Amino acid sequence: MDASVIYKSLAETFWINCRLFLLTLLFALPLGLLISFGSMSRIKPVAWFTKTVVWIIRGTPLMLQIIIIFYGPTLLGLFESSPWAFDDGRFYAATLAFIINYACYFSEIFRGGIQGVPAGQTEAGQVLGMTKSQIFFKVTLLQVTKRILPPMGNEIITLIKDTSLARVIANKEIIMMAQEYAPKGLIWPLFSTGLFFLAFVGILTVLFMWLEKKMNYFRV
Amino acid sequence: MILEAEKIRKHFGHHEVLHDVSFSLEKGHALAVIGSSGSGKTTLLRCLNFLERPDGGVIRVNGEILFNAADPATRREKTIREKRLHFGLVFQSFNLFPQYTALRNITLPVELHAKNRKDSRIDKKTIIQQGMELLDQMGLSGKAELYPHQLSGGQQQRVAIARALALQPDILCFDEPTSALDPELTGEVLRVIRGLAEKNTTMLIVTHEMAFARDVADQVIFLDGGYVVERGSAEDVINNPKEERTKQFLARFSQE
Repeated sequence: MDASVIYKSLAETFWINCRLFLLTLLFALPLGLLISFGSMSRIKPVAWFTKTVVWIIRGTPLMLQIIIIFYGPTLLGLFESSPWAFDDGRFYAATLAFIINYACYFSEIFRGGIQGVPAGQTEAGQVLGMTKSQIFFKVTLLQVTKRILPPMGNEIITLIKDTSLARVIANKEIIMMAQEYAPKGLIWPLFSTGLFFLAFVGILTVLFMWLEKKMNYFRV
Repeated sequence: MILEAEKIRKHFGHHEVLHDVSFSLEKGHALAVIGSSGSGKTTLLRCLNFLERPDGGVIRVNGEILFNAADPATRREKTIREKRLHFGLVFQSFNLFPQYTALRNITLPVELHAKNRKDSRIDKKTIIQQGMELLDQMGLSGKAELYPHQLSGGQQQRVAIARALALQPDILCFDEPTSALDPELTGEVLRVIRGLAEKNTTMLIVTHEMAFARDVADQVIFLDGGYVVERGSAEDVINNPKEERTKQFLARFSQE
């Protein structure tokens, strides 16, 4: 079998990993911010509830969560046939699990970032007559962004590699694809998947370096 | 009287920080609040700026009741934002916004304020021009485009003063404006405040600089343990204190 054909098939499947990555980011970032507000809420039951959810999600393996989301609804008898029994259903089940899981991790990063902004910044905004949302968007947000960039970079790099976990519900992704060549006596495709991740993480690293540099003009 | 505070009371948990503190301030005058750490000076300022909600008492500006602990209508968050603007506050630790230049620190709140009042004519040019004039007044005309971390502490505090002045408050409050500064930098900030006093800016100054308080303030109140122990003209309180507690407090300063 021609190597270029194999690389092409690997590249095509890697696009599934990338889609999972992008969709997770798109939804988990705002959801994570929302959850962080929940865990910082002054309403005790809300904070308590949110913190419990975050504990459960961070406290159990993502692989298990994917399995529960995919098989759970039918096993619990909530549905007669799987709600994921549509085109690409497995992909979306995995995506949902990723969004929930990563939103919880992101929420803790956001919380750290927000609580790290000195109280004096908010107070300065208040005495200058700003509204709560003006204080958040004009004063706090950029400072939070700068603070959370390094831990976010870490988490996002982990995310692209985690996308391979989607295979646990037989959702095709690059490593699963590469393994299909093994019975044909081809082991190298499996190892070469590493190159795809390396390249992707390389791009992410450069992107984060650029972002951090862009925010170098001020100090927090 | 531009400002009247009556029986301001505040406690944190079981600890009563302010006991029925009353004072008044005339337009164009400066009032210095002195006292040791923990005497309630800063809490008093924070109450006036509604960063803390007093548990009791009335605050009146120009005869209008801004706050009355007994009247829930005056405690609403929305009305408080407008009322805060009667006061300007200069913090001990400056609290400039690090992501904005010196000039932008001054102009941003003014712009947002115009927006909040739904002022249809937000004239950015005028706002910038006013900002530049204020910086000039603070002796910082060359520093407009610098970010806070590029400025010395004294320069940062002067930007903070300009930022507070830009909103044209009735009363400008200072919370130990030089305590976070290296000794050689306090002079430039005190000079600016002196300049403001000469222009009859109404000011309320919490300070540990006794000589400065005596020079700049018309009135002084001495707080101890949340009580007003002594009040009077700056000369009287600082040079000839009557109360034993005031004498003890001031003695520590003259020893230095």
